[in-house]
Amino acid sequence: MALRYFGFLLIFSLLVLVWHLVVTLFDVPEYVFPKPVSVAKAIEEMIQSGQLYRNSVASLFRVTCGFYMAVVTAVPLGLVLGRKSHLRIFLNPLIQFLRPISPLAWIPIALMWFGIGDRPAIFLIFLSSFFPLVVFTTSSVLSIRTTYLRVAKNFGLNGLDLYRKVILPAALPDIITGIRITLGTAWLVIVAAEMIAVKSGLGYLIIDARNSLRMDKVVAGMVAIGLIGLVLDHIIRFLERMPSVEWSRLRR
Amino acid sequence: MEQVETLNKIEVCNLQKCYKERRAKKRFHTQCEAQEDCRVLDGLSFSIPAGCFVCFIGPSGCGKSTMFRIISGFERPSGGKVLIDGNQVTGPSNKHVCVFQEDGLFPWFTARQNVAIGLGTNSNEAHVQETVDEYLELVGLAGFGDHYPHELSGGMRRRAEVARALITNPEILFMDEPFGALDFVTRLQMREEMVNVHQMFDMTILFITHDIDEALQLGDRIIMLSDRPSTVAWDMELDFPHPRDLSTSPLKEIRKEIYYKMGLHVAL
Repeated sequence: MALRYFGFLLIFSLLVLVWHLVVTLFDVPEYVFPKPVSVAKAIEEMIQSGQLYRNSVASLFRVTCGFYMAVVTAVPLGLVLGRKSHLRIFLNPLIQFLRPISPLAWIPIALMWFGIGDRPAIFLIFLSSFFPLVVFTTSSVLSIRTTYLRVAKNFGLNGLDLYRKVILPAALPDIITGIRITLGTAWLVIVAAEMIAVKSGLGYLIIDARNSLRMDKVVAGMVAIGLIGLVLDHIIRFLERMPSVEWSRLRR
Repeated sequence: MEQVETLNKIEVCNLQKCYKERRAKKRFHTQCEAQEDCRVLDGLSFSIPAGCFVCFIGPSGCGKSTMFRIISGFERPSGGKVLIDGNQVTGPSNKHVCVFQEDGLFPWFTARQNVAIGLGTNSNEAHVQETVDEYLELVGLAGFGDHYPHELSGGMRRRAEVARALITNPEILFMDEPFGALDFVTRLQMREEMVNVHQMFDMTILFITHDIDEALQLGDRIIMLSDRPSTVAWDMELDFPHPRDLSTSPLKEIRKEIYYKMGLHVAL
């Protein structure tokens, strides 16, 4: 554990060092790429003004809402689709048709439907997470070992009991991996959505800083996005260590 | 005719199984003629009286597992029928429990929760815990109830699986090479315990094995299957008391005979 934090610190100090050296050696002007020191100053300034905190919370709130809505709808749908082949035959083409459409392409429609504010952004996050989560969940149900399903059948498990005791726990490790990847995508999308659709959030912060030619604030915003992404990933990885999920890592 | 059917627990009549060409090609591409469906079972017939411990042996890939899946109701035969207690098998039932070749314990449950699966859902909690503990002790897993399968050794996992099967109080126990993946000593221990289990519980056991000694030591009867398409190659009763010493004369002769019938000419 200590080693992990040490490695983390080491690689980031190296990054900052190289960044500083490159910028000073080649004499890069501030408006092209700022020095680490000026970014640190910008971060401090934004923390003190409350700007960073306010915008991070705004972004996180939207991601949490949209992503949560996607999880509670997509996972049950995927669980059912994984078991019912005729339903899958009908719905799969529709899902595969909608999935490759970038959530950003939905921005005009989202604005028309929901106006300005949190709601269109939440809708976009929902869209960006829903389809991948359905596909992940469906495929994790389909890849459950037949032996487990045979055992369940042998002991007469069916209906809700079958889902509760076998299907969901067997698919859960893969579903959590899907959640981890999808949350990363959702975090990518929120920043892009905020650049266009709303007047708050980290994406808005970056666009606003660019408009006033404050490259130090732009990079400070990027640093904040990266750090929050790192923390989100860490939180999900806690889920992977639950005793009822750990088996998939520990088995061979 | 009627009487014969009621006497026997399991009646297998002229069982046939073909896999469609497409699937057959994928599975056995070299052995199959391109045009023909792959015949795995070809007119398999035998009957097994209640309480009998039957061991099935035969060359690898001869369709033993396929036959098992059909008798236990997981697959449909292409022809022929299987009667259990005179009724045609239509699907799996918790009166006929399987221990599969692969690890069948649910890895997300502890040993205790796994064994409790065998009891079904409609019993009260205290009774469940009591019964589960009793069966864990029976298979020598007392004190390991709260361990997850990945925390148990291969032999312990098999024991837990046997406990889960026994707790349903099955009429028939199907075991498909249950001890094939275990080390030699553990396998010998499990053999001994299977003899005890069969003496304690009043049930019919169908047991597939690769290990001829295992079959000789356990079976009241040994059915030898031929190479694919499978038929009964040899069917013999073993009326010897347990524990059996395989180095004594009649068993030694039988083993020689089996080796010979399987086309093995090894010095014994």
